[in-house]
Amino acid sequence: MNIDAILLMRTEFLLVFQIIFLIIYDLFASKSGRKGLDVVACSLFIISTVIGFFPATTGSAFGGMFVADAMNGVFKSVLNIGVILVFLQSKTWLNNEYTEHKKAEVYILIISTLLGMDLMISSGHFLMFYIGLELASLPLAGLIAYNKYSSESVEAGAKFILMAAFSSGMLLFGISLLYGSTGEAGLYFDTMRNVIAPRSLQLLGMVFFLSGLAFKISLVPFHLWTADVYQGAPTNITAFLSVVSKGAAVFALMVVLYKVFANLFDYWEYIIYGLVVVTITVGNLFAMRQHNMKRFLAFSSISQAGYIMLGMLAGTPAGMSSVVYYILVYTVSNVGIFAVVSILENKSGKHDIGDYSGLYKTNPKLSVAMMLFLFSLAGIPPFAGFFSKFFIFMAAAQMSYYVLVFVALVNTVISLYYYLLVVKAMFITPNDEPIAYVKTDFSSKLGLAICLSGTLLLGIVSYFYSYIQQFAYGLF
Amino acid sequence: MEPYILIALFILIIPIFSFLLLGLLGSKMSHKTAGLIGTTGLFIVALLSYITAFHYFFSFGKVGETYEKFSASFQWLHLTDHLHIDLGVLLDPISSMMLVVISTVSLMVHIYSLGYMHGEKGFQRYYAFLSLFSFSMLGLVLAPNIFQMYIFWELVGVSSYLLIGFYYTKPSAVAASKKAFIVTRFADLGFLVGILILSYFTKTFDFNELTNVHGSIFHSHITTTFMGFSVFSWATLLIFMGGAGKSAMLPLHIWLPDAMEGPTPVSALIHAATMVVAGVYLVARLFPFYYFMTPHVLTVIAYIGAATSLFAAVVACTQTDIKRVLAFSTISQIAYMMVALGVSRYGADGEAGLGFMASMFHLFTHAFFKALLFLGAGAVIHAVHSNDMSDMGGLRKYLPITHITFLIACLSIAGIPPFSGFFSKDEILVAAFHKDIVLFACQYLVAGLTAFYMFRLYYNIFWGKENHYHHTPEEAGLNMTGPLMFLALLTVVTGFIPFARFVTSDGLKMETEMVWIVAIPSVLVGVLGIVIATIMYKKPTTISDKVATSMGGLYKAASHKFYFDELYMFVTKKIIFGLISGSIAWFDRHVVDGFMNFQAYWSNGLSSKIKGLQSGRLQQYAWVFAASVFVIAALVIF
Repeated sequence: MNIDAILLMRTEFLLVFQIIFLIIYDLFASKSGRKGLDVVACSLFIISTVIGFFPATTGSAFGGMFVADAMNGVFKSVLNIGVILVFLQSKTWLNNEYTEHKKAEVYILIISTLLGMDLMISSGHFLMFYIGLELASLPLAGLIAYNKYSSESVEAGAKFILMAAFSSGMLLFGISLLYGSTGEAGLYFDTMRNVIAPRSLQLLGMVFFLSGLAFKISLVPFHLWTADVYQGAPTNITAFLSVVSKGAAVFALMVVLYKVFANLFDYWEYIIYGLVVVTITVGNLFAMRQHNMKRFLAFSSISQAGYIMLGMLAGTPAGMSSVVYYILVYTVSNVGIFAVVSILENKSGKHDIGDYSGLYKTNPKLSVAMMLFLFSLAGIPPFAGFFSKFFIFMAAAQMSYYVLVFVALVNTVISLYYYLLVVKAMFITPNDEPIAYVKTDFSSKLGLAICLSGTLLLGIVSYFYSYIQQFAYGLF
Repeated sequence: MEPYILIALFILIIPIFSFLLLGLLGSKMSHKTAGLIGTTGLFIVALLSYITAFHYFFSFGKVGETYEKFSASFQWLHLTDHLHIDLGVLLDPISSMMLVVISTVSLMVHIYSLGYMHGEKGFQRYYAFLSLFSFSMLGLVLAPNIFQMYIFWELVGVSSYLLIGFYYTKPSAVAASKKAFIVTRFADLGFLVGILILSYFTKTFDFNELTNVHGSIFHSHITTTFMGFSVFSWATLLIFMGGAGKSAMLPLHIWLPDAMEGPTPVSALIHAATMVVAGVYLVARLFPFYYFMTPHVLTVIAYIGAATSLFAAVVACTQTDIKRVLAFSTISQIAYMMVALGVSRYGADGEAGLGFMASMFHLFTHAFFKALLFLGAGAVIHAVHSNDMSDMGGLRKYLPITHITFLIACLSIAGIPPFSGFFSKDEILVAAFHKDIVLFACQYLVAGLTAFYMFRLYYNIFWGKENHYHHTPEEAGLNMTGPLMFLALLTVVTGFIPFARFVTSDGLKMETEMVWIVAIPSVLVGVLGIVIATIMYKKPTTISDKVATSMGGLYKAASHKFYFDELYMFVTKKIIFGLISGSIAWFDRHVVDGFMNFQAYWSNGLSSKIKGLQSGRLQQYAWVFAASVFVIAALVIF
């Protein structure tokens, strides 16, 4: 263990440091010191995020178990940004009488999950990957069941842990099949890449492995847990699930597909192709029928995941950068929506779409922000969401997936319908008793401001896309 | 050179900033503050434009003997390695000249509007839109690539739409704004398709590459054809369609007369001096490409221009709304510029590039005297509260400053020396004379008609039978007469600028001399037009009615603008709405909606069928999960 290895793993070390620090702080801080815990946790995290943007060394540690390259750094930074935004919007929620005494847990668990995700993204070995995956799943169950007196929350936690265990089992089975059929390669990504060939056992291993990750990304038909868990979990945790957790799984899948399963492209191409079509379509079909805002967002996020996979399918550097960019844009827009939902929920306890009727009359600023986020998700220019969809479609069209792009475009129109339903409720539908005016605290405002500026600027200012683009690599 | 690129950027930033400021906070400001912010911003822009243009023409622009293009841009959208959309600025003779034209006229209009729009509801909104327009127009001329130009082109269209419909409670203004937007938008469709074709085959959007006569594009041999014409002909023709829409060429001119529903200063700025010359500017921008790659399209442009200018001049003789007379006169004069471009050749040797230079020269002088005419008309309307000639007459006593400045502008447009219009129009006639005698004859006739209808307008407003006014018309304040006097000054002096030394098609200096064989007859025909107008309209006579009756059908047709509006109404209402849209609507209602209803029915049914899947029962979730894995595995392996 030398200084180079520490520098290689600086993101992970910083996270570990933060976890330990927060545990100690939580134990020994005075009552007033505990009040400032949110600020301390946020500031520490922001500092570590900023450090993540400094140029890093590349290489591998632990004999190839851990691999750091420039693109991994970008992946982690995108996830970090998502976590900052979730932290900012969680402050109000955490400081109520029921959760105030245990708020440190949320920060510790979220950072632990993130640590698992970072390890998963940077792994160079299937077992390392698996450890990261488990570390990313287990604390999540704790977070989902965080409101332990709410039966919904507990139910969601139980469902999640069971399904996660089930999918891990599948994934592990896939890994063991791969190991069994390529034994001498020893599960290292570098060596696996060369020995993998389209033989039945290895294909079977790949399918099992993919299904485990498809569960995390909640692609149809591995998505069934999503709506129940999203609805039951505390809103801010749902935001984390839908953005950071999903993004991390996409990044991990992309790394594995591009690095390990490159030889099997002809096979997983068809799997992803099919998954994209059903994911976008089924996500949309269900989103149209939802009355609960959180369930609605669950299905919307399922269909968004379909678009993300479309970019991954291209297998070109353009495809990779468009996927990362899409997730970045999706992060700011989706977390923005969840921020509004959680602000309203904290105050009024309401989270049905019908409750939002007439919101513009009482909370004009929140309504306009929400509208812009929804526009961005629907892909209306000039908001960032338009550009992210545009780049995804362009990357896919360059590889001649015209039919798929067409299907995705048709679905964009359908998605516009249900996103606008929310806008219609807020601005047009009359309501005698709309949700009363809600005062927003500073940290939520800051979070919303970041999300808004991201939604407005990420697309128009080309710097961000170019920044991502310079690190991207392709399949071939 | 670097600092001027930066200054050019500031020229763009200031108006957009002032637009945002006025647009977002305008309602909280007093009228005075809003007007002051807009006008100060434009004043700074004008100053910066003068500095840039001055230094361009007299110091950094000239490399050796030629005026070079200077541009700086950054990549905005990366499409392929060849094709990317950049944003930036471009300085060359024509863009520097346009900076001066736009900022001067815009500044004058800003000042003038302080008086003209005084006390109007929505004063702040008006200034916000003016700033937006200035931003768009300046961005259009500074664009270093055709795609950025297209973006600003559309922005210009939007701001024009907003300003024409400024009096949005007036149905006619709303209709006019819609008409302008739809017609120009239709033309822009051609423009966009043209851009796409052009960029597909040349693999670039950049003007530097598109107009570099020594570059690879001019030596490429792309022989792809479509329906018998080469793809480049299609591209340049479609791009010209966009230009024809904005510049109101036949048959896309129908929006401009109606656009006079907007506030008069807006007409002066947008529909006389700046936006409507965008089409001319576009052709000039791509001139080397037109000339070398698709010369026959240039000929088409010349003939469309000639037809338009004659048509508009004839119609202008019959209109009674003074702003509409000016609108048709604008169409006619812009068509003049198009003719000049159409007959021009590339280079600065002898008469070769005369047309290009003359076109730009006329654009330059016309901007000032036409803005002056519109602002003068605005002053008249302000005084008598009517647009119609029959409500005017004998105003020279009440509005002395307006009268003199208007007269100067009329003399200039009629081509009487030593006013600026004489010089630029003369160059155009010389260029046409060398190229094509038919075009020359047509333009010569138009010159006479121009003198006639302008003086018909002049006499009807300021002479003739004095109308019975409800209250004595008064000259407006200095903020309105000041711009009039300044523009009149420009009208007198700009003709003496040795334009050929600065603006030519290839950047080289050009020598011009008076061609007496053209100049003398052109002055004579102008004088003839004035004399006829004097006889008919100076004193109230019945000659004009007699002439009108003797013309019979021709007069009637001309006063109805040759039934173009009716034709369009017939085409849109009967053919498009009735036949095509009707059947499409039927198709839409029954087939498309049917399909959608079917889809809704189907997705409703399907989703209620599959909603069982979302049962909340974990065992079932796991079962579906496992089954899916096996199905996929089976599909992949077998």
